[in-house]
Amino acid sequence: MLRSAWKKLDYYSLIRVTVAVLCSFALASCIIFIFSDTPVAAISKLFFGPLTSQRNFFIVIQTMIPLIFTALAINVIFKSGLFSMAADGAFYTGAVIAAFIGIKIQLPNIIHQFVIILVAALVGGIITSIPAIIREKTGANEFVTSMMLNSVFFFMGIYVVNTYLLDKAAGYASVRFNETASLGNLVKGTQIHYGFLIMIAVLIVVYILIEKTKTGYEIKLVGSNKNFAIYSGINVGRTIIVSQLIGGIVAGIGGSVEMIGMYKRFTWNTPVTYVWDGILINLLSSSKPIFIPLAALFISYIRVGADIMSRATHVDNGIVAIIQAVIIFLVSAERFMYRLKKKKEEKQALLTQQSIEGVAN
Amino acid sequence: MDILFKSEFWFAVIRSTTPVLFATLAANLASKSGIINIAIEGTMLIAALVGVVTSAFTNSLLLGLFFGLLSGVLVTLALSYFSLKLKSNILITGIAINLAASGGTVLALYTITGDKSVSTVLKSAVFPTVNIPILRSIPFVGNILSGHNLLTYVALISVGVIYLLLYKTPLGTRIRAVGESEAAAESVGININKTKTIAIVLSGMFSALGGMFLSMGYLSMFTAGMTSGRGFVALATDAMSGSNPIGGLFSSLIYGFSDSLANYLQNTSIPLQFIQTFPYIFIVVAFTVFSYIKKLKNKAEDSI
Repeated sequence: MLRSAWKKLDYYSLIRVTVAVLCSFALASCIIFIFSDTPVAAISKLFFGPLTSQRNFFIVIQTMIPLIFTALAINVIFKSGLFSMAADGAFYTGAVIAAFIGIKIQLPNIIHQFVIILVAALVGGIITSIPAIIREKTGANEFVTSMMLNSVFFFMGIYVVNTYLLDKAAGYASVRFNETASLGNLVKGTQIHYGFLIMIAVLIVVYILIEKTKTGYEIKLVGSNKNFAIYSGINVGRTIIVSQLIGGIVAGIGGSVEMIGMYKRFTWNTPVTYVWDGILINLLSSSKPIFIPLAALFISYIRVGADIMSRATHVDNGIVAIIQAVIIFLVSAERFMYRLKKKKEEKQALLTQQSIEGVAN
Repeated sequence: MDILFKSEFWFAVIRSTTPVLFATLAANLASKSGIINIAIEGTMLIAALVGVVTSAFTNSLLLGLFFGLLSGVLVTLALSYFSLKLKSNILITGIAINLAASGGTVLALYTITGDKSVSTVLKSAVFPTVNIPILRSIPFVGNILSGHNLLTYVALISVGVIYLLLYKTPLGTRIRAVGESEAAAESVGININKTKTIAIVLSGMFSALGGMFLSMGYLSMFTAGMTSGRGFVALATDAMSGSNPIGGLFSSLIYGFSDSLANYLQNTSIPLQFIQTFPYIFIVVAFTVFSYIKKLKNKAEDSI
């Protein structure tokens, strides 16, 4: 299926994305040259750091897992035309639930992880549905409500962790999870956990759901042309909520998998902000689930490179945010490299005309 | 409930209303021209840092104010260039600005001060507090309304100014016309992109004032991520007010009230995290109710 997707990919958008990425790299390099005393070292760490050791590259892979989950969630959530940020709330709450069940409940191995992921998925789905239901019933803008609710869920999560899970001896950290709750390592000697396989399974399910089923088709139709969807008898409100539900389930699974895969204790004391990465990755993959892993790998690579750079030099890893912002700016701009597209279209039109004339003669 | 009769409480309400009021006014201007300005949050953050840094290096409050405003204008010019000229989705572009602001301010702060979270090293300027002569001597009311930061009064005056601008000037009429119907506005010869750019640049300036109030009034330093979602709250308060500045004053007061209430309740037995959710729950509920009323009203109008 990857091959057929490649075939359908138009080279125009590939060139655009590449140019946008190069522009952002150029700008980041300029900023580093201005801010750093050792610019060359910093830049080489940023762009080639992840390749310098096998360990660093494994870190890229493990950083990629939550990014793919969020990007998939955003993909489905945005497909129905709703601009909701609730995936962060679902992701964070999924992680809190994972910690709670991982500490408080005793279950045999495998069943324990299964229960954790199942509950996190359900709660995640409920969380992302709320802004959609409010929108459906009252018309309140989903971006605003989802942003506000993310803060609410964050503080409630902190409350649960502080009250029930905190290890009084260890700064801000929960008690250790039960051994049976941990996902375990897939590759020995690294932190790449079985969540990697869960991620691939979720990716395939979402791909099939969106591209091959009636539900997926309805979601896409509602998102792209609401009036047409109404006239063809699709229950628009229900379809939107279903898409939010699916997105939330994916985000909830992502949060729980990240927590029991990467950590032994719950230590997050700041809100998660994966949605912005998710939006960027979704943009880079032109909203096609199949390209999400590739785009996520790229973002993860840059992020790990920036971490390596900020540890070795005096440049903060905030530079990643600027790189990401520039890419978003350029890729989302319809008129960026518009002339190239126009030229191509003109050429194609000319060719068609010639072939028509050829037939006529 | 005895805190409701304390003048310090109501003073705190006005104080925490100020940044959100600026942001709400910014959102008012943008949404009257038909734009949802998500970038208010990032613009505030950038201006907060620029104001602190430039006022510290120039030793001048006025230059700090000037550069802070300038940063707000430049950021929104970038926003309008990309969304209006290059036809990108303004919501996505706004997110890019917020992203660049959150990372970029920390990067710049760290490079300038060597600290990733606060700017205490910099001796930055602060806007003065103002005591209003006659008002201050009135017993209860004087304690509430007098002695605020200069920018608080600027915000309150701006409510009237923006109201007049939007409803009593030709520019305001043009902005509202573009927001109501682009096609209709274009048919009477209004330059849409120009009008939208003016509205959003004004929006950027008020966002910048809100940001500078946070770092040069509310606190006397910049801290990383100090806007903490106020720019997003403003989108809700703006929608509640129907983008009318006077309504915006009241909806901002709802936030200011719940925020101060949360601060006051921190010493009680209610868990801190529940109190911290107060302002957001308040806003969601109020926003939902207002949206519902608006929906019913629209339905009633349609059926006539």
